[in-house]
Amino acid sequence: MKCHHCDKQATVHLTQILNGQMHKMDLCETCAQEKGVTNPENLSIGNLMEQDGAEVDSVSGSMVCETCGTTHQEFKKGGRLGCEACYHVFRPVLDPLLDGMHAGVRHQGKVPAGSKSRVDFEQSIELVRKELQEAVEREDFEKAAELRDKLHDMENESKTIA
Amino acid sequence: MFHDLFTTPSKSRKLPKSIPVTLSTRIRLARNLREFPFPGRAETSQKRAVLTKCMDALSVVKGLSDSFSVEVDDLSELDRQILVEKHLISPELSQVEEGSGIVLSEDRNCCIMINEEDHLRIQVLRPGLDFGSVWKLADALDTGIESAISYAYDGELGFLTACPTNLGTGMRASVMMHLPGLVMSKNMDKVINAVNQLGIAVRGLFGEGSDANGSIFQISNQQTLGESETAIIERLDSTLKNIVRQENFAREKLLQDDGVRLMDKMSRAVGNLKTCYLMQSSEAMDCLSLVRLASDFGMLPEKYRNLADRMFIEVQPGHVQLSAGKPVEAGFRDSLRAELLRKEFLRAPQIDPSPAAG
Repeated sequence: MKCHHCDKQATVHLTQILNGQMHKMDLCETCAQEKGVTNPENLSIGNLMEQDGAEVDSVSGSMVCETCGTTHQEFKKGGRLGCEACYHVFRPVLDPLLDGMHAGVRHQGKVPAGSKSRVDFEQSIELVRKELQEAVEREDFEKAAELRDKLHDMENESKTIA
Repeated sequence: MFHDLFTTPSKSRKLPKSIPVTLSTRIRLARNLREFPFPGRAETSQKRAVLTKCMDALSVVKGLSDSFSVEVDDLSELDRQILVEKHLISPELSQVEEGSGIVLSEDRNCCIMINEEDHLRIQVLRPGLDFGSVWKLADALDTGIESAISYAYDGELGFLTACPTNLGTGMRASVMMHLPGLVMSKNMDKVINAVNQLGIAVRGLFGEGSDANGSIFQISNQQTLGESETAIIERLDSTLKNIVRQENFAREKLLQDDGVRLMDKMSRAVGNLKTCYLMQSSEAMDCLSLVRLASDFGMLPEKYRNLADRMFIEVQPGHVQLSAGKPVEAGFRDSLRAELLRKEFLRAPQIDPSPAAG
């Protein structure tokens, strides 16, 4: 098992109950010392996550889900997300958490037939949207026009599916 | 009245035969609808819309044709408590205010909670250790519901849930285990630590934060993402079989090392149940636990294991009031509980010590 912060072998295994949920983290001895794991008084996995990197902090500080209004502070405090869009908004802070929480970070289980075809369709729309943007950027306007029409058709189709 | 449902037996219900150590198997799937905020973030009107949508979808799902649906608001305190004691709904759902509901299948094996922490919590519960059939049923129900409702699902993260600890499969598979051998030999902490390392959680009788009354524990998978449902179940199943082995080993050892003390405990438990005039639920749970153990050893007839399992539920405060037909204050409940136990154990025989000698 690797340390959550560096690639060294983890020897300190920390389990903490936060808001009724169990959180686990594996650390190497050096990182454990640095993060103050040896002093359980002021220890919190939340804080360890915080110290993960200044970039995450500066991004997460202002994070808010526009769909349901959940803020990063609320998520940190209650451990609950507010809607499916939150998973997109909070993904940068969620990914390291999931890594410590689960056996893997990619779903390996059941695929709901109906929902999947809708999700696949949305993903293909997203792909065309990206291609369109790239075409615009390289000023390939003929391709861009073609992609714009395709996108238009797909979006109409998606409305009928939903 | 809703609780009439529990005093009249179901058409298809036959009494299941209980087995040593494992009381029941459960699978719970957490699902959410697309385009609605999760219940914790939803306005009452949104929760109502989800409730209606789910109730409509569930009414046509195969396996739920004769099911019973109710809104939690319409249930009395006592009805809610009874459902919690039967492990059909969570203590959390029993506390909600508005816009939540329950759909219970005719055979009482499936109970779907609407607007608990997630929009849908599909639960299938069966006696004994039986993940195969429980998963098959839960999977079929889920597929049936999904044909009418669009789930919040992501190709990479799987089923999206209010709490990221349920993400992916959204599945919590659990077994209720009776582990008096490990408790009496003081090995339970070791077992809890060991299985925690394997991503498996151990909780008390009523889930998170509850006591392990009567040496009954709920053991479940902790991780829901990164493995398939069958892989999670297989891993849990092999751990559970290992716990059963450890429990049986602990029981044998207790009997060998200090059999007289153990038989004294079991025999006194029977005596208490036959003669009590006041009994609190925790004491009743401990006595019933010893009766179940004696039956597993072959020192009491098998039917006492079934009786203990039934009584584990019927001695709970809500059930005592259910049989009284009205809310009853705690002191008087102890007297009613004792009366019930005295009646049920009236003809219980003496403990037969011969299996210990053999």
